[in-house]
Amino acid sequence: MSPTQLTGMTLRQARDGLLKKSFSAVELVESHIDAIATHSQLNAFITETPDLARAQAVKADERLARQEGGPLEGLPIAMKDLFCTEGVRTTAASRILGNFVPPYESTVSANLKQAGAVMLGKTSLDEFAMGSSNTTSAFGAVINPWKRRSDPEARLVPGGSSGGSAAAVAARMALAATGTDTGGSIRQPAAFCGIVGLKPTYGRCSRWGIIAFASSLDQAGPMARTVEDVAMMLQAMAGHDPKDSTSAPIAVPDFSAALTGDIRGLKIGVPKEYRPSGLSSEMVKLWDDGIDMLKDAGATPVEISLPHSKYALATYYIVAPAECSSNLARYDGVRYGLRVEGKTLDEMYAKTRAAGFGTEVRRRIMIGTYVLSAGYYDAYYAKAQKLRSLIARDFQQAFELVDVILTPTAPTPAFAIGDNDEDPVTMWLNDIFTVPTSLAGLPGLSLPTGLSADGLPLGLQLIGRPFDEETLLRVAGVLEKAAAFTALPPGLGG
Amino acid sequence: MSLDKVAVKNIASLARIEVRDEDLDGLAVELSNILRFVEQLAEVNTDGIAPMTSVAHLELPRRSDQVNDGGYVERVLANAPEQQDGFFLVPKVVE
Repeated sequence: MSPTQLTGMTLRQARDGLLKKSFSAVELVESHIDAIATHSQLNAFITETPDLARAQAVKADERLARQEGGPLEGLPIAMKDLFCTEGVRTTAASRILGNFVPPYESTVSANLKQAGAVMLGKTSLDEFAMGSSNTTSAFGAVINPWKRRSDPEARLVPGGSSGGSAAAVAARMALAATGTDTGGSIRQPAAFCGIVGLKPTYGRCSRWGIIAFASSLDQAGPMARTVEDVAMMLQAMAGHDPKDSTSAPIAVPDFSAALTGDIRGLKIGVPKEYRPSGLSSEMVKLWDDGIDMLKDAGATPVEISLPHSKYALATYYIVAPAECSSNLARYDGVRYGLRVEGKTLDEMYAKTRAAGFGTEVRRRIMIGTYVLSAGYYDAYYAKAQKLRSLIARDFQQAFELVDVILTPTAPTPAFAIGDNDEDPVTMWLNDIFTVPTSLAGLPGLSLPTGLSADGLPLGLQLIGRPFDEETLLRVAGVLEKAAAFTALPPGLGG
Repeated sequence: MSLDKVAVKNIASLARIEVRDEDLDGLAVELSNILRFVEQLAEVNTDGIAPMTSVAHLELPRRSDQVNDGGYVERVLANAPEQQDGFFLVPKVVE
C-alpha cells in the first residue's frame, strides 16, 4: 500500500489491515511520521515523538505476530498536550510549564497505551485549553488544513482548544487523537476541521493527569474521522478510575455495538432557542437537512424549549474563570516550570505568573479572582451556579420528551487567524451551542454533514442523556451515512 | 460594574500577577466589558434555586486512611527550578 493509502484509512480499516497483515505497524507509523513532516507548516504538534512511536510500533508488530495485543495495537494517534505523558514534555501550550516532563502518565493516555495505541506526539492547543481558535498557544497558531475557495491564501483557525488534534486528524497526520472539552473544545474544532469529535458525559473518562482548567466541566474525549472510530477510541479511553473522585463508578458499554443503524421510533429534539435571528441561512439549511435525514431514517423530530440557553455563555464565563483562577494558583514557580526571580516570595510569584501566562489566561484568572472575591461572590459566582441548575433542568425536562437533541455545533465555519481577536466576548460566541451541554455535563458529539458555500466543513451536534453515549453514537452513525460527507481538505484528495 | 485602575491593581495583586501601570487602563476596560456581559444573569429570578456545584451526582468515595503512594523524592523534585537537600528552594519568607 502507498503511504497516502495508509494515512487515508480509518482507524477501523487500519486495525483490520494490521490483523490481516496487509501492512505492518512499523509501515503504518512510518507513513504517519512522514505525513507529520509533510504538513509541518500547519504547526499541529508542539512535541513530536517519532522515535518513541517507532519503538512502540516494533513492539506492536511483535505482539500482533503472536496474535496478542490490545484493541488499538499498533495504531498511531496524537495526544493533546494537556495530557501528562511520562517522560515526554507536557506544556499545556503555556510558557509557565517551561520544560515540564511529567514523572507520571495520565489515566486516559495510559489506557490508550494499554490498548496498544502508538503515540506520534503532543498536539497544540489554546493555552491551558482556554480558547476557540488555537491562537493563544505559546507555540504559535495552528493552521486549519481546509481553505476557503474564494481565498485559498487565507490561513484559517482549526478551532479550539483541541485545534492541533483536529488539524492532525483532518490532515491525515494521525488516525485519531485525544481532545479535552470544557465548553466546546472537542466539538467546535471537530466541526471546523470536518471530523468527528465526542465529548463524553462528565465522569465517563478520568481527569487524572489532565492539566486542569475548570474541574467541574473538563472532560476528555476522542477525535477521529468516523463515528465508528470515535467509538473505538472512547472504548479505550473510558472507565472508572479511583484516582479521580468524579470519575463515574459504572460499567463501560460496548460502544461499537451501539452502531446498529436503526433509529426508528427515536425522538429527536430540536431546540427553538438555538435558531437565533443572526444564524446564517446555510447553517439553518444544514440543520434542517440533518433533521430530514433522521426523519427519513424513521426518527421523529420534536420541537423543544431550552429557555435558559441564552444565559449559558454568561454563566460559563463566571464558572469557568472562577475554577481556572483556583486551579492555576498552583503555577507559582516553586515546584516546577518557569521561575522568574523576585526579591520576595510574593514578587517571585507575581513576576513568574506575569511572564508565564499569556493574555487570555491572565484575563480569565483575573475575572475568576474577582468573581470569587469577598463581597462579589454571591452576585457573580453563586448566581452563576443557580443559573447552571436552571440550564441543567432545561435539559432534564427536554429529555423527558426526546431521546437525543440535534443542533448546529458552531454558528459559523472556520474563521481566519486574527478574526474575532479584538473582543473576547465575540470570540466566546463560537461556543454558544456547545457551552450549555458542558454546563449540564451531558455528552455531545459533532460530526461533519456538509460544506459551506465557500468550501469549508460544517458540523452538527448531537446531545444525549447522561451516560447515554450509545444512543448518541447510534444516531450519529445514521446521520453520518445519510450525509455521506466525503470531502477532503485541499491537497489531500486521492 | 465598571472597574477602575485601583480595582484592577487590587485584583492583579490578589491573583499574584504583576501588571505594569501602563497596562491598567486597558485591562480595566476589558474586564469591565466582560463583567457587563455576565451581569445579564441578574435579570433571571433564581429565588429558591439551589446552586449546582457538581454535575456528578456522586457521593464522594472513601478509602481507608493508609499511605498507598509516595516515597520518591527524586521524581517529585525532578522538575524543581531550585532544590536543596530534598526540598524545594524559594526566596526567604521569614526574616
